[in-house]
Amino acid sequence: MHELLTPETDKKHLLLGNEAIVRGALEGNVRFVAAYPGTPSSEIIDRFYQIAPEAGVYVEYSVNEKVSMEVACAAAISGVRSLCSMKHVGLNVAADAFMTLAYVGVKAGMVIVVADDPSLHSSQNEQDNRYYAKMAGVPMLEPSTPEEAREMTLAALDLSEKYQVPCILHTTTRVNHCRAPVTLGTIPTERPPAKFNKDPFNLVVVPMVGRKLHLALLEKLPKLQREAEQSPLNRITGAGNWGIITSGVSYLYVVDAVRELGLEKRVKVLKVGFSFPHPKALLRDFMQGLEKVLVVEELEPFLEEIAKVVAQEESLPVKIAGKGGPLIPRAFELDSVKVKQAMSVFFETAYQPPQIFAVPELPQRPPNLCPGCPHRATYYSIKKVFGDEAVYPTDIGCYTLGLLPPLGMADFLICMGSSVSTAGGFSKVLDRPVVAFIGDSTFFHGGLPGLVNAVSHDHRILLAVLDNGTTAMTGHQPHPGVEITEQGVVAPKVGLERIIRGCGVDKVTIVNPLQIQKTQDALLKIREEMETPGVSVLISKSPCPLFERRMLRKKQKVVFKVDASCDLCKKCLTELGCPAFVWEQAPGAECIQINAALCSGCSVCAQMCKSIRPEKLSA
Amino acid sequence: MPIDATDFKALRIFFTGVGGQGTLLATRLVGEAALEQGLPVCLSEIHGMAQRGGVVESSVVVGNIASPTIADGEADILLAFEPLEAARALPKCHAGSLIIANTVPLVPFTVAVGQSKYPEQAKIRELLENKVARLIWFDAVELARRSGSDKAANVVMVGVLAGLRPLPIDDRCWQQALQKTVPARFLEMNQKAFEAGLEFGLSC
Repeated sequence: MHELLTPETDKKHLLLGNEAIVRGALEGNVRFVAAYPGTPSSEIIDRFYQIAPEAGVYVEYSVNEKVSMEVACAAAISGVRSLCSMKHVGLNVAADAFMTLAYVGVKAGMVIVVADDPSLHSSQNEQDNRYYAKMAGVPMLEPSTPEEAREMTLAALDLSEKYQVPCILHTTTRVNHCRAPVTLGTIPTERPPAKFNKDPFNLVVVPMVGRKLHLALLEKLPKLQREAEQSPLNRITGAGNWGIITSGVSYLYVVDAVRELGLEKRVKVLKVGFSFPHPKALLRDFMQGLEKVLVVEELEPFLEEIAKVVAQEESLPVKIAGKGGPLIPRAFELDSVKVKQAMSVFFETAYQPPQIFAVPELPQRPPNLCPGCPHRATYYSIKKVFGDEAVYPTDIGCYTLGLLPPLGMADFLICMGSSVSTAGGFSKVLDRPVVAFIGDSTFFHGGLPGLVNAVSHDHRILLAVLDNGTTAMTGHQPHPGVEITEQGVVAPKVGLERIIRGCGVDKVTIVNPLQIQKTQDALLKIREEMETPGVSVLISKSPCPLFERRMLRKKQKVVFKVDASCDLCKKCLTELGCPAFVWEQAPGAECIQINAALCSGCSVCAQMCKSIRPEKLSA
Repeated sequence: MPIDATDFKALRIFFTGVGGQGTLLATRLVGEAALEQGLPVCLSEIHGMAQRGGVVESSVVVGNIASPTIADGEADILLAFEPLEAARALPKCHAGSLIIANTVPLVPFTVAVGQSKYPEQAKIRELLENKVARLIWFDAVELARRSGSDKAANVVMVGVLAGLRPLPIDDRCWQQALQKTVPARFLEMNQKAFEAGLEFGLSC
């Protein structure tokens, strides 16, 4: 039995925040889960996928976040509790569904987990998604720990069902990827039947229905506000005539800072777990009689703004501070030192920040495309044929690492799917070749509309679909075009070539990028093709070697070695940049070597250099 | 040996290494052992970009501390799986810190292709030794190899941490944690690796 399904509730389990959300959802009888993976939320859908049959839960990796929210809301409308999860920017993709789903609401509880990424550990921006709850008018809970993540998932389901509106569970990387002891409750066995009652004048949002539903949502908000004001998820601790308002992981930094600065008897702390609708009466009562209040939160002044509004409305003579000065930074994560520093300044308390040891400049260790990665081979060949003159819009996935030298094959990126659409724009204003890169999973996620657009407007571009047969970056999740599965190699549900041709692209070429000469010959033909307007697509197809090895238990047969004929031209280093290569610089013994432990045997280097030869691996 | 946790307050342990070295399993091992012992514990991990041959950092906070992460200057112990990464993580430490560092280098790509030079081992050692209270500087891969596999160097590192006894965790809890964390077919080898680390730690 999977650990997350254990009926043993007598002891605590060390769970990741994301796993605690899964457990909470199971205890809350969630029977329908859909998501597109995205750090730091991926383990939620991944764990659900692992336990789906055993748990009796329908789980799908949806094609993107918007679709995941739509399929999940249909379940919730039919009386089946559902959950969808996404990284913060995923909610931008799902926003269209989200804003109106708030109007239409749900019948059974629906939780939308939104995982923000302050400090951009693995993201293109650090937007503060708490504003989405406010914009849509849906309730939002903010856990600080895995234990609370489990509790609040349950609370969110109940709240959602009670008020017939989806509920946001807002987390950040440090909550999703924190692992801590979690108390387990029981998982119910009864399964409420799904039923759908036709009710078009409440479920089909034409303007006249939308007007009515907006008013109905506005009526829910004061009730939800009272719920927030009385919620045990909002807690006040400590005593004194100074105050701190905080939420999420910031609360934990505050707890340590209060103790370490000895402010237990001076500072009251309001931990906001139910942060939207804002618990205004609670904020008023908390600030009553306080001399000053520091709002400690990451990114935007979400709580600070409402604290100031409440103070103004209630004429409270309290000084409120947070962002916009030297206290709490508006960019990047907080940590315990940043919070202690801000509190020591604001509360005029002595604090000696730690002395930070200086370290001389050290060699960098950036993430890199793996040895044997087919993306490297694709980039190598396209650079050979299209050179530095071409503009290379790229997209989001492992292949974004093509940005780094020596490949340097990335010129523009804003979001999932932007490669193909921005390529079209570039092609209309620039007199240069435009070659866009997109991964297979990202193509299904956000590339399709851009491709149809490019075809319909005769954009003169080459779209290279880097088809490694999986969603590699987030941990090898499946997508509609996968062929390698746990059941072996199968025909894809949605074949890339078929769908691309179906979009109206006639000039489709398929290559195996690990065959350098054939790929470059094909690219030369494509370059000629591009003399006339229109879209060309190159499907550069070769599975992610890590994925292939794991799924098919494929054994590596050869490694490659550099022989004595090497003339030290170093093109392998300056043009290919495979991390298995080592440049030994000992005087008199300078040579290029391949680290056999890292070489994956892809043979790309041997095709560009006669001094590189295969060596059979003994079985 | 009976463990007395009455005076134990808290420890912040920072882990650093390179993708593929098993730092996250080591982190989990310490976390499970602390939980088994009944100590308050919290782990923090960063997933995603770090796994493509980059630096992998994680932390374990044991005792009466709420913050799951470790700010610069606040790590009581640094467990460094690679010497260059030990140097890079030095700003996490303070003058009283203990550093446990594996001496076997993993040359980063930037060095392999000649863009930069790997610092001399002696220089790294000196840098660390001069700054913190205690440095354990040893070849974890060799100890792991003698236990059956180079790959168990991560468990050797945890064994050394256990042997130095900064944490009030008894042997039974470490063993329980090993059983819970390591796949059954690798358990015996990892138990040996842990023992080797433990003995080395006790002898330091």
